[in-house]
Amino acid sequence: MALPQPKLDKLAALTAGLALPKSGWAAPARADAMSRLAAMGLPDKRDEYWRYTDPTPLTTAVAPFAAVFDAGDETPLFDAIDRVKLVFVDGIFDAAASDDLTLSGIEIDLLSRVAALDIHWARDSYGVLECRGQLPVARPLAALNTAFATEGVLIRVSAKVTKPVALIYLHKSDGSDVKLHHCIKVEQGAQLSLLENGPAAARFNSVLEVDVADGARFHHIRAQGRDHARHAATHIFARLGNGSAFKSFTLTANGALTRNEAVIDLDGDDAAAHVAGAAVGDGQFLHDDTVFITHTGQRCESRQVFKKVLKNGAVGVFQGKILVKQGAQKTDGYQISQSLMLDDDSQFLAKPELEIYADDVKCSHGSTSGAIDDTALFYLRSRGVPLKDAQSLLVLAFLAEAISEIEDDAIAEDIRLRLDGWLSRHGR
Amino acid sequence: MTALDTPVMDFEVRDGVDRETIEAVHAMSGKYKYGWETDIEMDYAPKGLSEDIVRLISGKNEEPEWMLDWRLAAYRRWVRMVEPRWAMLNYPEIDYQDQYYYAKPKSMDVKPKSLDDVDPKLLATYAKLGIPLKEQMLLAGVEGDAEPRKVAVDAVFDSVSVGTTFKAELAKAGVIFCSMSEAIREHPELVQKYIGSVVPPSDNFFATLNCAVFSDGSFVYIPEGTRCPMELSTYFRINAENTGQFERTLIIAEKGSYVSYLEGCTAPKRDTNQLHAAVVEIVFLEDAEVKYSTVQNWYPGDENGKGGIYNFVTKRADCRGDRAKVMWTQVETGSAITWKYPSCILRGEASQGEFYSIAIANNMQQADTGTKMIHLGKNTKSRIVSKGISAGRAQNTYRGLVSMHPKATNSRNYTQCDSLLIGDRCGAHTVPYIEVKNNSSRVEHEATTSKVDDDQLFYCRSRGMNEEEAVALVVNGFVKDVLQTLPMEFAMEAQALVAISLEGSVG
Repeated sequence: MALPQPKLDKLAALTAGLALPKSGWAAPARADAMSRLAAMGLPDKRDEYWRYTDPTPLTTAVAPFAAVFDAGDETPLFDAIDRVKLVFVDGIFDAAASDDLTLSGIEIDLLSRVAALDIHWARDSYGVLECRGQLPVARPLAALNTAFATEGVLIRVSAKVTKPVALIYLHKSDGSDVKLHHCIKVEQGAQLSLLENGPAAARFNSVLEVDVADGARFHHIRAQGRDHARHAATHIFARLGNGSAFKSFTLTANGALTRNEAVIDLDGDDAAAHVAGAAVGDGQFLHDDTVFITHTGQRCESRQVFKKVLKNGAVGVFQGKILVKQGAQKTDGYQISQSLMLDDDSQFLAKPELEIYADDVKCSHGSTSGAIDDTALFYLRSRGVPLKDAQSLLVLAFLAEAISEIEDDAIAEDIRLRLDGWLSRHGR
Repeated sequence: MTALDTPVMDFEVRDGVDRETIEAVHAMSGKYKYGWETDIEMDYAPKGLSEDIVRLISGKNEEPEWMLDWRLAAYRRWVRMVEPRWAMLNYPEIDYQDQYYYAKPKSMDVKPKSLDDVDPKLLATYAKLGIPLKEQMLLAGVEGDAEPRKVAVDAVFDSVSVGTTFKAELAKAGVIFCSMSEAIREHPELVQKYIGSVVPPSDNFFATLNCAVFSDGSFVYIPEGTRCPMELSTYFRINAENTGQFERTLIIAEKGSYVSYLEGCTAPKRDTNQLHAAVVEIVFLEDAEVKYSTVQNWYPGDENGKGGIYNFVTKRADCRGDRAKVMWTQVETGSAITWKYPSCILRGEASQGEFYSIAIANNMQQADTGTKMIHLGKNTKSRIVSKGISAGRAQNTYRGLVSMHPKATNSRNYTQCDSLLIGDRCGAHTVPYIEVKNNSSRVEHEATTSKVDDDQLFYCRSRGMNEEEAVALVVNGFVKDVLQTLPMEFAMEAQALVAISLEGSVG
């Protein structure tokens, strides 16, 4: 079906300034992505999965400006954790600030460095899961990323790697428009933790493709940058093999617009996928979690836990779907989305969906929204806790279910400290 | 296969089994019970849809000019509209020109003055359906009561209302209960004031079509402070082939009034699909309370999905006054396709909306149904309980919206959607939309999907029930919350229907 003229115009305006990056092995994947994008067009508010989030700032030809956030004397996140560090400044790899990338059991390459090669293992991965994730719901911004991404990491893991790989995204130019595309292959029985931290750019579009092979484990913890005016569209595409595990947690504080999509296919049997998110926003803040979990294999477990704290007109959006295919028996699917609204101006918009074609399954979802419980507040105050501390305590307690999805205690503590900092800064 | 092969009455009731349940199941045994047709001479409008047909329908109903203009405006709008396809329903394109839009029994040419003048064939049809139009107590279920409850019935046969019972008695209380066509003639000021004020002609594709071609339906007016002395009901019957039924119901409940309204529907078995696009509007003012119960049992098509009714219905209640209350209860067992979202606009302060639904889809049936609760006023409350059951190769979707507007402070919503799957080739889906725009309101949504529990089945079987009886018992337990909200007469019928609709889904 041909796209209507306004959609064609918008796409042409956005892609006019972009050139397909020079790449040997990735060239066919990029060309395919470009044709996918041309067929879909860019998203607009009339699309079912964009009804609550206006994608305009993500699709304009020029990225909207975003001033860099001043964290004051706050210690950067994950600083005390023993890790392999890769630093990107406005999407450009900073070798001097990064660690040595040689580590046993893991192979780390940069997309820009291996682009000229004709053969690379990532040829069979780049854009593959993104392409599969386009059905049944189109994700044009991900196709845009596959076609035009200028940088990214390609990681192949063959052993149980204990040291996490940390991607640090610094934002220094207030008009930067960055597309990063990461491919991760966790081979049979292997294990990897990936940390992501920082705003990356004024406008950030990222794709993370993760293939978790049989018996492998992948753990992902992300803290998105705190620039108030930044815009971001991130995508995770994951495929899980037999008996594998995938866990992802995202902390979002601030940001004019953040759209986090996760498309996860429990392809093998006995796999587990947990996706969690905690978002806190004050004022000009729209946070959108769009999660699509497909159960193909049998006896798989999936869990979605999303919590949002909103004030001063902040908007929280949750669109989550559990799709259980025919034959995916003994599926256990759980989904919860909750918002805590600290004042009367904020909004919570949710569409938690179940689509089930197998009978021997256990699926449930819940969604709630409301203010801080006055009784709980009264109790704490009657025990001598000052009002502000009592509020903070209750907000943190509300977010706890999502944070508990982080397995590593040190990382979870870092996330809690970051939230505490946000609460004290935003006056409650 | 178990129960289907055994003779219907060849069973013993054993300890621990709810005798009533089993009797109800057996009493209603057999496939679709209402699949026969009445052989009666009909008067059709020419096939297809055009402005001329709209004029003809309006003319047949002897409508005033404003009504015709209203219909024509709706028709002109409809022509430019696109049929919605967002529901999880899969059906071939409907040819709107390959339908009759008006069919009435020839014997209704001369309007019968009273029920005694109505064609005996028509009366026999309703008697066979269990809806006697003679003014007598209605359902066998209440026999033996000291004072039998009376239910007034408006019987709609294809495009016309055949008759309305207990009109005189209702008139004494000031209640107007008549067919829509009669209301347009007799009470034009009320109709003109309220028609389209809840579901406007621009509302949606099927509602707009209905505005253009609706032929009859029921009209209810309950005056201020009146408690309607009996339950009102409308019974819709599609009989003619290739004919769509487009009824329009308007209920007006003035301040402090109360009415309980029941609706039932059936159609003959046919190989071709038939279209049904209805609109129900309810307007109610301060302290009024309306209870609207539906048992929808249109012909669902055969096991292979051949035939059946395409049911596209727009139902909406507008709480215009404070403390008004509406309660929708529906049991959806029939129709090949169901597209239906009875909604509440909670405008008045502290008004309340409730929605209780059982949707059963078996064989090749597809249902996409749910509700919309639009909270506009302060301290408004809504409650949604939806139970979906899928069996065979059916698809059952709950689709709902709960919207809390910024000014609807201190409001409350509770939603519970449960789905039950019987067999591994069916589907159960939940698509709720939740929009909260203030923080003093609380919204809670819960949904679960499960199969008929093996342990429960095993327990029932160990007590000597056969598999179908066991499933019927478990399912009746699953839908109990909703059945309890139905008026008693309907609850009996619905309970039996639940068992019948699932027949052949196990074994």
